[in-house]
Amino acid sequence: MNTYLIFALGGAGLCGIGLFGFILHDDLLRRLIAFNLLGSGTFLILVGLAQSGRGGVDAVPQALVLTGIVVAVAATALTLMLIRRWTQLSQQSHLTEEDE
Amino acid sequence: MSSLALLPWLLILPLAAACLTGLLPLRATQISSLLVILSQALASLLLLLWMPSDEPLFYSLGSWGAPLGIVLRLDGLAAAFLMMTSLIASLCGLYALSYLRPSQQPGFWPLFWFLWAALNGIWLAGDLFNLYVGLELLSLAAVGLVALGGEASRVKAALRYLFAALLGSLGYLLGVSLLYGAHGTLDLELLAEVFHWGPLSALALALILAGLALKTAFFPLHTWLPPAHAGALTPVSALLSALVIKASFYIALRLWVELEMPERSLEVAQLLGLLGAGALFWGGWMALQQVKLKQVVAYSTVAQLGYLLLIFPLLSSSSSEASHLASQGGWLMLLSHALAKAGMFLAAGNLILCAGRSELSALAGLSRYRPMNIFAFGLAAVSLMGLPPSGGFSAKWLMLQSALISGQWWWILVILLGSLLSAAYLFRVFSHTYLETQDSVQFGQPSLMLELCALTLAALSILLGFFAPWPLAWFALPGPFTEALG
Repeated sequence: MNTYLIFALGGAGLCGIGLFGFILHDDLLRRLIAFNLLGSGTFLILVGLAQSGRGGVDAVPQALVLTGIVVAVAATALTLMLIRRWTQLSQQSHLTEEDE
Repeated sequence: MSSLALLPWLLILPLAAACLTGLLPLRATQISSLLVILSQALASLLLLLWMPSDEPLFYSLGSWGAPLGIVLRLDGLAAAFLMMTSLIASLCGLYALSYLRPSQQPGFWPLFWFLWAALNGIWLAGDLFNLYVGLELLSLAAVGLVALGGEASRVKAALRYLFAALLGSLGYLLGVSLLYGAHGTLDLELLAEVFHWGPLSALALALILAGLALKTAFFPLHTWLPPAHAGALTPVSALLSALVIKASFYIALRLWVELEMPERSLEVAQLLGLLGAGALFWGGWMALQQVKLKQVVAYSTVAQLGYLLLIFPLLSSSSSEASHLASQGGWLMLLSHALAKAGMFLAAGNLILCAGRSELSALAGLSRYRPMNIFAFGLAAVSLMGLPPSGGFSAKWLMLQSALISGQWWWILVILLGSLLSAAYLFRVFSHTYLETQDSVQFGQPSLMLELCALTLAALSILLGFFAPWPLAWFALPGPFTEALG
């Protein structure tokens, strides 16, 4: 049991919580926060697992996580814009069921 | 080497166009977009012509090699799909030029170019992480395009699509992190060399496949697709159905073969085939129930994706001839579906323009008054049903042969029943166009450009049947995929 493994396990836990929230909630903002949790968990696993047993600092996962964070910020911003537009148009904070 | 020098421009020019078209006034945006479309079509054509027949090409961007730099790799498959993207995206771009209102165009072009850049990036990517970046860029651009117009129904469809796409990307990224943890490399070539099977690798590949399946909208993860593809503006629908969902499938099949999964997991392959059968039947059944034209076409995409899923069990055959035929047939199916579906969506958009409404019942009388649009729709339908001499027929023929050789007769049954079902829902559309109407009904006339774009794509999907040996020869060019296939 080393520190890296703790990071990875913590990340897996975060992923679990995020996935749970993502599936369970239909409120759009909660789903977005759950998605962000899932993302953070993934980054923790990437940093944790990728460094275990290799000794020294591995630059590749760090570069990956940085890129991943940028992508996650962009995705979050786009989601927020769409959610705002949807609540303005429909006066609702969750997606309504198919009405066909 | 000249063709090597062309590679980076396939990424740089679309990205530059994406930034420029966001800033320039409308007229300049349209002109610069046309110029870049021309450059991309030319570049992909030259790449295909100059493609060396003995080995794949590698290009390190800025001379930075792996692992930190970005390495592009070009084999026959990538070259063929670059060409497919250029053809379809150019025609959709031309269509959009006259279809979209001036108020919609400033939002369309930057996203269109990001989409194209992401597609080129995915075809050319040589490592797992660049594939992730390409996938994310592709999804975000596609979601933006779905929301274009800003009506509540489109925003809702875009949000549904976005949540599915984000979950899919994170599944993929999680799988990639686990793979890196287990093997210490992201480069696809290196990974294929050092890949060893174990619980961690299995979990990683399961996550990657699940994420990509969600993004491709494989049955039963398809529920986000029909509202997004049917609800978007017509040129966007065509781009999404023809190209965007193909990118995630391309990654899945490449990884599957290059990591030599066909020998490792026979049960998973059969399960994927079963899902494919489910997609064919459920998608076809739902297409039969729809009352709106674009919904029929969107559900037909769900169904046709089932054929692509059937490749996985066919690849797992013990005979190398059968798996070779399966891969050839599968890639050809992807190509012909892309051409036919893009043509069909554009033709459907024209028909809706003529009739003024999107319901099937509004099509009555159109076969008499607007035969050219019906003809384009019909050509695309012939290829989707897989009637000879279309591209769809050649693809299904190869897949049937593969199923025969490998002795998996049950997939023959599935392929034939699926074709029958697609004939049923497509002829249902035609039956509406032949109904007579009162003379008082007025039909609109779409501009010649719109009709020509739809007709060209639909005609290409038929011609693909005559010229199938060309793409098949490109697919068979040496590269990591064909080597792994043996």
